[in-house]
Amino acid sequence: MSTPSGPLTRRRMLTGALGLGGAIALGACGSGSGSVPGQAPQTVGGGGATGYSGPKVSLAFWNGFTGGDGPYMKKLVDQFNGEHPNIAVSMNTMQWADYYTKLPAAVTAGKGPDIGIMHVDSVATNAARKVIQPLDDVASALKMTESDFAPVPWKAGIYKGQRYAIPLDVHPLGFFYNKSVMEQAGLDPEKPPTNADEYGAALDAMKAKGVQGHWASPFPFTGGLTVQALIYQFGGSLFNDDGTQVLWAEEPGVKAMTWFQDLVKNGHSAAKIAQDADLVALENGKTAFNWNGIWTINTLGAKTGLEWGVAPLPNIGGTKAAWAGSHQFVLPTQRTPDENKAVASRVFLNWISTKSLEWAKAGQVPVRNSVRESAEFKELTDQAALASQIDDLHFPPTVAGIGDAMPEFDKALNLAINGGQDPAKVLSDAAARATKILEANQKKYGG
Amino acid sequence: MAVTTTQPPRPASGAEPAPGGRRSRGRTSGIHGSRWTPYLFLAPFLALFTVFVLVPGVLGVWISLHSWDFLLPNKPFVGGQNYVDLFDSSSVQFESFWNGMKATAFFVLISVPFLVVLPLLLAILLNRRFPGRTFFRAIFFAPFVLGVAVIGLMWAYLLDPSFGLVNGLLGAVGLPDDTAWTTSQPYAWISLAGVTIWWTMGFNAVIYLAGLGDIPPDHYEAAELDGASAWQQLRYITIPGLRPVLIFVVITTILASANMFGQSYLITQGGPGDTTRTAIMVITDLGLSQYRMGEASAMSYVLAVFLSLIALVNFWALREKK
Repeated sequence: MSTPSGPLTRRRMLTGALGLGGAIALGACGSGSGSVPGQAPQTVGGGGATGYSGPKVSLAFWNGFTGGDGPYMKKLVDQFNGEHPNIAVSMNTMQWADYYTKLPAAVTAGKGPDIGIMHVDSVATNAARKVIQPLDDVASALKMTESDFAPVPWKAGIYKGQRYAIPLDVHPLGFFYNKSVMEQAGLDPEKPPTNADEYGAALDAMKAKGVQGHWASPFPFTGGLTVQALIYQFGGSLFNDDGTQVLWAEEPGVKAMTWFQDLVKNGHSAAKIAQDADLVALENGKTAFNWNGIWTINTLGAKTGLEWGVAPLPNIGGTKAAWAGSHQFVLPTQRTPDENKAVASRVFLNWISTKSLEWAKAGQVPVRNSVRESAEFKELTDQAALASQIDDLHFPPTVAGIGDAMPEFDKALNLAINGGQDPAKVLSDAAARATKILEANQKKYGG
Repeated sequence: MAVTTTQPPRPASGAEPAPGGRRSRGRTSGIHGSRWTPYLFLAPFLALFTVFVLVPGVLGVWISLHSWDFLLPNKPFVGGQNYVDLFDSSSVQFESFWNGMKATAFFVLISVPFLVVLPLLLAILLNRRFPGRTFFRAIFFAPFVLGVAVIGLMWAYLLDPSFGLVNGLLGAVGLPDDTAWTTSQPYAWISLAGVTIWWTMGFNAVIYLAGLGDIPPDHYEAAELDGASAWQQLRYITIPGLRPVLIFVVITTILASANMFGQSYLITQGGPGDTTRTAIMVITDLGLSQYRMGEASAMSYVLAVFLSLIALVNFWALREKK
């Protein structure tokens, strides 16, 4: 998929992409005009800091919160509308895959929304394609500084020295476990393993009882996220910082993939499982451990009678690290800039970014330090447990088109975990193909 | 008599309505109204054809000659480079494109024979008079009404290797219950072909049924009187009588199978590895998520050329032999 990050469940991801099916081969007929929508003025109405006192405006806000997160965002929007009589925000939710296809087309046609949400790894691509506008004015006018925010997601909104996105949340990978299964194997369900040795011992204890402890998914969700986290833990990375080199075939990558593959080889995982079977197996008590996105808190929370827990990822590779995605606010480019709307949008952005506690309940970690450190957030114990990873999170570099290389990584994952092939070989083959893609991207986006 | 066995083919080929047809066509010069009348009647379709086929078709060729991203200001003209790249084994797209073409060709090979033959047998069966015939016709056609999203998701659940109903039922009757229907080969192909056959068989059967209705019953009567067996009736009356329908079914089925996308996207996600990643999946990903529309267009034209060649071969192979 084009958007490897974010809480896409299989259902959301797949049904979303279906719309593409109809409009394939000759699909470029969207617009032949080739006109690039004009940029909005750099500084608009104090960047939203001074509030909005103009005539009543209505703002369109598009996002892909089709899951359990949607109602929380809707509630926030309703509250904002109640507090701001002269701004009416209307929220339009669609599948993420649809959203990412529709937004550029809408912007080109001059029908883009006023406000949007983007996953962190899509920001650079859309900035390069001028789908979204620079937001430096918002950040400076609102006196948002790096010290207010977790540094990793804050820096991720910057492309070529300009800010294009204001972080809303991060959604890290977490370690979910089925307490009942752990008990059956004689493990202490209140003490999940935290390092490689403990993890191995727990898996062996379960194997002795006939339980395959950690099902290894050969698909991006969740296998790809797990191996990415492991690569960071082993001290490696997917790409170098400027996104010109693919690093996943180096030693940390091979170690990570081998560790994950060994789950299958050593009988800790069923072989050749389908998408989502790893989480279903945990819910059904067939396995105990699953590394999954923080949004799984709400999925598991909805299962009555299931005894489960969540903890930061165990440190397998030697360095604390976790994969994470991040939702970021963006302002899509407007063909005919409207000063009032531009100001009102910025007011909305600022307001909602201070309300991230409500949003955290949707299964997210707030990025504002003040919110994350508040007593109220700490009461959300599951979210807070994963929030402790905030400084250990990794995103891909903000380079346009970086997501294009990820399908190659996912192919390697499938060949290694599902096909049982040599990790070093499949990773280096994939890296060779991905390198070519990155080279082509450099040419396309001008480096 | 010896004559009867060689007799049946003749009535079929001899029953051409050609002379009468030709005479009535000769009268067009005397028809009332302007000579623009036919074009006026064609206009609604022509407008749609122009907007949705002709213009995109020509624009697509133009796009395929560029490095084209509709949002980037510069869309450099690259001439035939996008096409050359498809035949250059060191290019970025070579491997994934030809792997996609291979997967597509393979799917056509394993699905089309079944999709042509099974619906024919089904149609012959449903063409007989028996109680509940309409009910069964509806039942066999029903899956086709469902969208690919529905059948894709449904079968993804049913075929799930760990928790699927299919393996559950197999286990219940004592057969192996651990077949990885969607995540190992050859089962992934078997699943995709099986699902597609189940899904679209009814459509082809309905077309065959319409064709069967056009074969005059007296041909069968005559053949029966001459002592032709059921097989001979099928071979010498039904199949020749269905020739135009058969050409239509073969060509549309090949095109549909060559455009397979949703099933492998939803059920196997192109896997295991990228063995079921079809050409259309490659093109979609390249054009609509990587925004390399020039290269994606070039790929679709290469695919289109292949499909046109196959269609021509079909026409030639199934032509009326004089």
